[in-house]
Amino acid sequence: MAGTAVRGRLTWQTATVASVADETDTVRTITLDLLDWPGHQAGQHLDVRLTAEDGYAAERSYSIASAAGEPVAITVERLEDGEVSPYLTQELRPGDQMEIRGPIGNWFTWEPGDGGPLLLIAGGSGVVPLRAILRHRQRAGSTAPARLLYSSRSLEDVIYRHELDQYRGSADVRYTLTRRQPPGWGGFTGRVDDAMLTRIAWPASQRPLAFICGPTQFVEAVAGLLVARHYPENRVKTERFGGA
Amino acid sequence: MTSPVSRGFHRLSRPGDARAGQLPPGQHTTADFPVLSAGPTPHTPLQEWTFSIREGGATLRTWTWSEFMEMPAETVTVDIHCVTRWSKLGTVWRGVPVPALLDQVAHDPSYVMAFSDGGYTTNLPARDVTGGQAWVAYGYDGQPLPPEHGGPARLLVPHLYFWKSAKWIRGLDLLDHDQPGFWENYGYNNYGDPWREQRYAGD
Repeated sequence: MAGTAVRGRLTWQTATVASVADETDTVRTITLDLLDWPGHQAGQHLDVRLTAEDGYAAERSYSIASAAGEPVAITVERLEDGEVSPYLTQELRPGDQMEIRGPIGNWFTWEPGDGGPLLLIAGGSGVVPLRAILRHRQRAGSTAPARLLYSSRSLEDVIYRHELDQYRGSADVRYTLTRRQPPGWGGFTGRVDDAMLTRIAWPASQRPLAFICGPTQFVEAVAGLLVARHYPENRVKTERFGGA
Repeated sequence: MTSPVSRGFHRLSRPGDARAGQLPPGQHTTADFPVLSAGPTPHTPLQEWTFSIREGGATLRTWTWSEFMEMPAETVTVDIHCVTRWSKLGTVWRGVPVPALLDQVAHDPSYVMAFSDGGYTTNLPARDVTGGQAWVAYGYDGQPLPPEHGGPARLLVPHLYFWKSAKWIRGLDLLDHDQPGFWENYGYNNYGDPWREQRYAGD
């Protein structure tokens, strides 16, 4: 019931799908109408519960894709053997209902007061919470210097590409394409490695704040490289996702 | 409140779900072993590793790695449940029962705070680390526990959500009062019982 939730308690509420937008062949952004959303910070996530006609329910967690102050949106990548992501990316349409609770997680978050310089490193759909951070930074008029290094299989697989390219006026946005590059590609290729970080990572002496999100092995590797570059462990925030 | 039906959503039956009825609410099984942690993975050399029991700033007992390996160990098969909704059934661990460690100090704490490399902490009532409930595990599936899963040693408290099973554990602080650890300060439940779905603060 709106307004009666005990502070700190996250209750389930019904959300109605306001719109869906395909980002790539396998990735879709879903914007939700919620009656009672307390607001969220860039980088937080939420829980989704889907209920079938026979009462079977499935729950998943997704990063929030929208900036603080914007309508709640999630961006979902389809996993072919998944139970929930194929539904969300193929079947769902405006007007459909699901249940939501959140926002969740107060660690992997960024507010303008946290400052920078920001080093954001994404693997695949790990870009979602980092996009929320960049989008929040832009909307809040933050002058914290920011760099994004985004590892993607190919240019076609880059999520939010049009939007991220527009941040280039105020942030350094780079892609590294691991599997396939378009003809004449002048950007990074291959996995994120130390040579790439030499070119894009702020020196540790500038007290950078790093956010890394992506598959487990990606995050393990990149976080290890940043620690080797003397980034303090408490300024390297990570979010990992497995195959589940 | 009755949940609204999500139009067109159905259950997929999957071979791995034979025990799905035995899962805590809101969980699904995975054959993978996903990783959840907040920062970089520490790599403490075994010759520098110690496990300490402390109280009020005083160290009551410390084991080196080789001393720890001489403690009586158990092999246990348990189900584990992550707050991010995956459960992994029938996992096999080897480690030292926590009571065997606590028995070596003559203290009777009400709570313990596990502390780890990297500054991670998590709090548990002392009654949740008694016999048959909690181990300091250094083996997984017959092999040394890999660093990304908390090696060289992690706490194993399978009856609570898995963030309570602190990775990279270096010891326990004995407390006479409860206080929140790392994730408990960042919005997660203070106790974390998966069967009561205590995921977040207030659940």
